Amino acid sequence: MNERVVVDPITRIEGHLRIEAQMDDDRIAQAWSSGTMVRGIEIILRGRDPRDAWAFAQRICGVCTLVHGIASVRAVENALDYEIPANAQLIRNLMIAAQYVHDHVMHFYHLHALDWVDVVSGLDADPAATAELAQSLSNWPKSSPGYFSDMKKKLKNFVEAGQLGIFAKAYWGHPAYKLPPEANLMAVSHYLEALSWQRDVARLHAIFGGKNPHPNFLVGGVPSPIDLNSDSAINAKRLSQVQDIIRKMQEFVDQVYVPDTLAIAGFYKDWGGRGEGVGNFLTYGDFPEKGMSDPSSYLIPSGVILNRDLSTIHDVDMNAADQIQEYVAHSWYKYSGGKEQGLHPYDGETELNYTGPKPPYEHLDVEQSYSWLKSPRWKGQPMEVGPLARVLMLYAKGHEQTQELVGHTLKTLDIPVEALFSTLGRTAARTLETKIIADNMQVWFDNLIANIKAGDTRTFNEVLWEPSTWPGQARGVGFMEAPRGALAHWIVIENQKIANYQAVVPSTWNAGPRDTEGQPGPYEAALEDNHVLHDPEQPVEILRTIHSFDPCIACAVHVTDPNGEELVKVKVR
Amino acid sequence: MKKDQTLGEALRLKGISRRGFLKFCAATASMMALPPAMVPAIAEALEKARKPSVIWLSFQECTGCTESLTRSSTSTVEELIFDTISLDYHHTLQAASGTGAEDAREASMKENRGKYVLIVDGSIPISNPGYSTIAGISNEDMLMEAAEGAAAIVAIGSCAAFGGIPQARPNPTGAVSVSDLIKDKPIVNVPGCPPIPVVITGVLTHFLTFGLPELDHLGRPLAFYGNSIHDRCYRRPFYDKGLFAETFDDEGARKGWCLYKLGCKGPTTYNACATTKWNDGTSFPIEAGHPCLGCSEPDFWDAGSFYQALSTPTGDITRNTLYAAGAGVAAGAAIAAVNRKHRSSAEKRHEKVTIDDLEKESKS
Repeated sequence: MNERVVVDPITRIEGHLRIEAQMDDDRIAQAWSSGTMVRGIEIILRGRDPRDAWAFAQRICGVCTLVHGIASVRAVENALDYEIPANAQLIRNLMIAAQYVHDHVMHFYHLHALDWVDVVSGLDADPAATAELAQSLSNWPKSSPGYFSDMKKKLKNFVEAGQLGIFAKAYWGHPAYKLPPEANLMAVSHYLEALSWQRDVARLHAIFGGKNPHPNFLVGGVPSPIDLNSDSAINAKRLSQVQDIIRKMQEFVDQVYVPDTLAIAGFYKDWGGRGEGVGNFLTYGDFPEKGMSDPSSYLIPSGVILNRDLSTIHDVDMNAADQIQEYVAHSWYKYSGGKEQGLHPYDGETELNYTGPKPPYEHLDVEQSYSWLKSPRWKGQPMEVGPLARVLMLYAKGHEQTQELVGHTLKTLDIPVEALFSTLGRTAARTLETKIIADNMQVWFDNLIANIKAGDTRTFNEVLWEPSTWPGQARGVGFMEAPRGALAHWIVIENQKIANYQAVVPSTWNAGPRDTEGQPGPYEAALEDNHVLHDPEQPVEILRTIHSFDPCIACAVHVTDPNGEELVKVKVR
Repeated sequence: MKKDQTLGEALRLKGISRRGFLKFCAATASMMALPPAMVPAIAEALEKARKPSVIWLSFQECTGCTESLTRSSTSTVEELIFDTISLDYHHTLQAASGTGAEDAREASMKENRGKYVLIVDGSIPISNPGYSTIAGISNEDMLMEAAEGAAAIVAIGSCAAFGGIPQARPNPTGAVSVSDLIKDKPIVNVPGCPPIPVVITGVLTHFLTFGLPELDHLGRPLAFYGNSIHDRCYRRPFYDKGLFAETFDDEGARKGWCLYKLGCKGPTTYNACATTKWNDGTSFPIEAGHPCLGCSEPDFWDAGSFYQALSTPTGDITRNTLYAAGAGVAAGAAIAAVNRKHRSSAEKRHEKVTIDDLEKESKS
């Protein structure tokens, strides 16, 4: 079997992703990752009011629904040297953190779980034994035999109705599924509970931003004012709703998400030995206590780890022309200086140039260009971004809670520290950082309350709101740690309008194609690390590793107009 | 097949034996990757009424509409997918990938031909088929194929309904809406960026229970898009009194006065935000202190800055012709036609509105 396996669409992700894998017998020899959809939000941003940019940029992605809005307002504020009030910083931290907790839990249960959980096997579960299992893991109240008996009945009725809907044609009964029926029934029950829970906790965004998905933001602060004597502002009722949501988030993470991750991982320890990726990790840092201008106050530090070496953390300079660069050797774009060079986002020069096969097609020509994503590199090196990068950075920098959680996880699973560099490690890291961030939400909320008690209710800085107060030219970078990894937007402002807008996003770092040197991106490298397919028609092994990155591929957009003039670009997860 | 017939009845009427029917059930079990032991149960279920099949196609989109669906408090997404409908194809939620996913779509289209509901989110790029593909198939081809056997189409979100952000000036990929391409099927537009969660499920429930809802001139159900946000806004009394927030976090903003002067598009935006609100009735943008962006109206991205009081769209009528030129005459003509249509419809609804005009209107 030396065939080319194609998986398109990769489902249970955001966006349009295609994987092609060249088999050597039953083992993946080479893999190629292709983003197959482009929109053009970059060109659309050009010439607009920079204060409007967040709303456009936010539509890059509706899953990580606030991250591009945050990166955008930070880019404008960085360009204008625009300080925001302390309360606005805290409210943004709470909103970003809520996004993490919400998004990571949904990823685990609704996007990733079905790679590990056999839904149909749950029909063979004994409800009493399932309850015993669940109660051994945590104090979660919905763990009684009666509850699981009802869930089993619901599942049975659904399957026997003969219309499996979203569960049809999947891989039920595949030998790669290792969970006993009871663990499967418990996980299916939590799949449904998490759907209900996420709906409830998403309200935090509605309180501060009016709606979710796509809450509202504001250059210079946040839109929601604080006034304890108003029925139309953040008041005691709103604050108690927020406190209630933080508590519900922490409960679900502590009593369901963390125990489920460890319990399921215990049956899949061999996945700690494959799917490593490139071994290099990048973070920009986030969650400032004292504003973006003071990196020492960030909860998540910035840095680069090379070749698994946790003893040396390299500094990242967002503005240095020779650090962050993008390549298009295998992307459907042109560079005027030739496809081999790498360009810093400020010097970015791009032109849409689809040279792939005419649809409908069977295979991509991977020797040529094969993706709408570019290949970002740090000093020429491919980098993995995301939960594993952050947990390693926190761990390497001596963050106490991280070290405890990582130690506990390795001990519970009885696996060596090297197992972190794997599909299993990536998925576990996502769970661990969710706990760290959920716990910190209480700290930021308490600080917000303390500020209000001390009489500081400011949420907006008016001083630079009017574009007439701005310099004729300004440029800046807004960065953050999105749930899927390091995200940055670069903006150039001329005469109060956007002259250039560029984003390098997490899933481009992770899902991008090979570069000029032929170095694979992290998805590609991870699939080339020790993957044997039991049945190419049921490629659950590919899904496990790809989903461990939590892909978000909404689009990759780099466009020049027909006159050759460079336009803004936004590359999209 | 008549509407009230079960599959079993229909097959028997066509002279297919019990044995043939069981063979069909075995094939169904195999199609769903279920063990053979499930066949009798499936046969029994197929003798009963079936849940309506829904096929959901995602094109140039950000998945915000699917995220919104999962936020619906009534009906919930779990009630929908377990009890009400059979969601046979949906990229973000479905378990199978690749061939399995495409087989499920094709099987559902064949089995439920003429009866399934097609939901689309995202716009469709027509300048180059390579701009967006799924399983190697262009979005336009996949839409046309799936639309042919659909009973009706629901265009979810402003991108599918009106072209949305991909179609914003200068529309680099030649993005068009569902109704720009499909002319021979009933289409319900459910715009918004994204639409309100319970509006998505509300429209679906309406369709499945009562048939096609009554629509406005833009194809939107009157039940959810019949009134302007301004007319239903709880801040309207402050507008009537002439009390406005002048900037964010000023006295007026804190007291909940009207956001008109900060750019609120509520007066020209038809949607249920002010009545239904978002996230189980928690809030809506104006309540959280931010002016309405106007996201359920065509061309709202090109209607001037979000922070300027209402104005007419600034887009150029010829905005896409440059890009379309390289993509073939037919595509160019189609895009130009789309632009003319949107330009004229946008002009109708985004007329320049001043405070004086609104005051006159409210007094008359």
